[in-house]
Amino acid sequence: MTPPILSVRDLVVEIPTRNALLRPVDRVSFDIAAGEILGVVGESGAGKSMTGNAVIGLLDRPAHIASGEIWLKDKRIDGLKGEGLRKVRGKGIGMVFQDPLTSLNPLLPIGEQISETILEHLPVSKSEAEARALAALEEVGIPAAKARMGSYPHEFSGGMRQRVVIALALCAEPDLVIADEPTTALDVSVQAQIIALLKRLCRDRGTAVMLVTHDMGVIAETADRVAVMYAGRLAELGPVRDVLTAASHPYTAGLMGSTPLASKGLARLNQIPGSMPRLGALPTGCAFHPRCPKTQEKCRVDPAPPMQGRAACWYPMTVEEIA
Amino acid sequence: MSALVQVRSLTRIFDVSKPWLNRVVERLPKAMLKAVSDVSLEIPERSVYALVGESGSGKSTIGKMVVGLLSPTEGAVEIAGIDLHRETDTAKVDGVRSDIQMIFQDPYASLNPRWKVRDIISEPVVARGGTADGLAERLLEQVGLAAVDAEKFPHEFSGGQRQRICIARALASEPKLIVCDEPTSALDVSVQAQVLNLMTDLKDDLGLTYLFISHDLTVVQHMADVIGVLYLGRLVEEAPREALFSNPQHPYTQMLFAAAPKLDGFGREVEPPKGEIPDPINPPSGCAYHPRCPLAVARCSAERPEMRDVAGSRVACHVAGEQAG
Ligand SMILES: Nc1ncnc2c1ncn2[C@@H]1O[C@H](COP(=O)(O)OP(=O)(O)OP(=O)(O)O)[C@@H](O)[C@H]1O
Ligand SMILES: Nc1ncnc2c1ncn2[C@@H]1O[C@H](COP(=O)(O)OP(=O)(O)OP(=O)(O)O)[C@@H](O)[C@H]1O
Ligand code: SF4
Ligand SMILES: [Mg+2]
Ligand SMILES: [Mg+2]
Repeated sequence: MTPPILSVRDLVVEIPTRNALLRPVDRVSFDIAAGEILGVVGESGAGKSMTGNAVIGLLDRPAHIASGEIWLKDKRIDGLKGEGLRKVRGKGIGMVFQDPLTSLNPLLPIGEQISETILEHLPVSKSEAEARALAALEEVGIPAAKARMGSYPHEFSGGMRQRVVIALALCAEPDLVIADEPTTALDVSVQAQIIALLKRLCRDRGTAVMLVTHDMGVIAETADRVAVMYAGRLAELGPVRDVLTAASHPYTAGLMGSTPLASKGLARLNQIPGSMPRLGALPTGCAFHPRCPKTQEKCRVDPAPPMQGRAACWYPMTVEEIA
Repeated sequence: MSALVQVRSLTRIFDVSKPWLNRVVERLPKAMLKAVSDVSLEIPERSVYALVGESGSGKSTIGKMVVGLLSPTEGAVEIAGIDLHRETDTAKVDGVRSDIQMIFQDPYASLNPRWKVRDIISEPVVARGGTADGLAERLLEQVGLAAVDAEKFPHEFSGGQRQRICIARALASEPKLIVCDEPTSALDVSVQAQVLNLMTDLKDDLGLTYLFISHDLTVVQHMADVIGVLYLGRLVEEAPREALFSNPQHPYTQMLFAAAPKLDGFGREVEPPKGEIPDPINPPSGCAYHPRCPLAVARCSAERPEMRDVAGSRVACHVAGEQAG
């Protein structure tokens, strides 16, 4: 087995507030191999972005990594600062966010932004960097790329901007790409274009991808494995087909059951009662227990166990329940 | 079944020109944007009509014209036979207005943060001089919240609970028709399921009619009896749910369905759709979809297709239904 590109071990992110110490990410561990796409799903506030941002070193104070380790190949990257961090971003890890404008400089033509990033991270001449920038824009499907090198971000549509961001994220040939809701703001047809592009480029280069989204359909079609987060913790982690068609954690089962697609033909959808708790008001025991159909006394008292098999749950779904 | 809502050749044009002085200095022509173009449809009482389409296709603009928040540039909307924009009998207009309510996407922006939930819910009734004793409490229970919640303020509720409050407010004036503009787009799937179930129950219990606006095909497939597909302000296809999902006729509908991610689409390789939605200020000639359409023939760029019946759908396409099979 080749060692993973990204290895996250017992990651804890904390936010000290006046009233309490919040843990938006609580003992999260996962690996991503070269060429593999790990989907990260979960409802709003589950800690998906916080996990991704911790990996790139983008946590905003007062949020910080309190414990755990993050390894990019054989280099430990949690705790990196300044120059070390700058090198890792771009050359080691490329980023794609929901809003393309957060990744682009509004005052710089896109060709220049990409060639500057290449120059910063790769040992090439200026003209070589420009040639590569053009090739990158052509590769992501910007029409008339040569003529558009001098255009500014605002002169592009949302979908085209996200293509530029993907070109920017991949131009320094990183080992890992973190894409946080890259298509959430886009229309279905444009989403299909962007996802196909991301898949193709990463497959061609063997890039590892962490794809954060709340869209189960996107995960099904894109990810190799999927991690399901709930209230800062990993609820389930496993091969995408297993997790989506035979959930082991009751939360995953509920989530899948409540998507309109899953209840085809039924007048009513399966619903999970209640909503995800706020971090400052987490229930005792397993954070999911007040909403869980399988709750027992143990769940109310003891925190959920570490991952056993695919799920962090005292009473995972049985074969009969899945069928 | 009689139609509660009749939409006839509805068109809405927005003037999106730059300010007069800029136009003169830069020698720019006036810019007119046809957000809705010649749309006709009807919604039978006690049914759910869904409008789907990508961003900017005109869904919200149609919704606002149906509730009377916007006036049509051409064409008409009739609710129970009354044209809100032309009827001169104010008693009739008021009657119809209280029969229509609207629910919006953002449950955060649509509730006044300084009002108690009781006042938010009963406001539409009080504003008409009605009595609201116990009304808020009763409606809160009907939408799955508690009577004591009437004392609270909006910030004390989660997104899904706020949308329930919006629904309670919409129900206060005992409407017949509710226009729901992306009512669950801001909600998580597990909470979306709660709200959609509530809307289904209320419809059955109270005999409501919904105009349901969404860009989410899965939600629409779950909720709608009849679906209208919009592209660049034009209705390109309309069909009952089963017909549309099993046998879409318009090339745009087919593209939309193929592009939508499937829950069981493991490892599916999607042939991504071509091109992007064109500039609505200068839409393509003829059929607005022709530059992206795999079936386009010469006629498509020259002549705008009329709606016609094809295999159980109403379709605006020159070619649909002509291929063998
Ligand atoms: N500065 C802060 N103070 C307190 N809580 C915070 C702060 N920043 C984030 N949080 C909380 O951290 C949690 C994790 O947030 P995160 O952005 O990772 O969620 P997410 O899973 O990405 O959700 P979404 O799907 O909405 O993007 C949330 O509950 C959020 O409210
Ligand atoms: N008040 C306005 N002034 C100018 N243009 C407008 C106005 N309202 C809407 N438009 C334009 O009309 C078109 C249709 O907009 P509309 O909001 O109806 O689309 P939609 O289908 O609801 O899209 P979305 O899914 O993004 O909500 C768009 O091109 C939009 O920019
Ligand atoms: S009318 Fe022509 S261009 Fe338009 S959808 Fe039909 S075949 Fe395609
Ligand atoms: Mg996020
Ligand atoms: Mg809209």
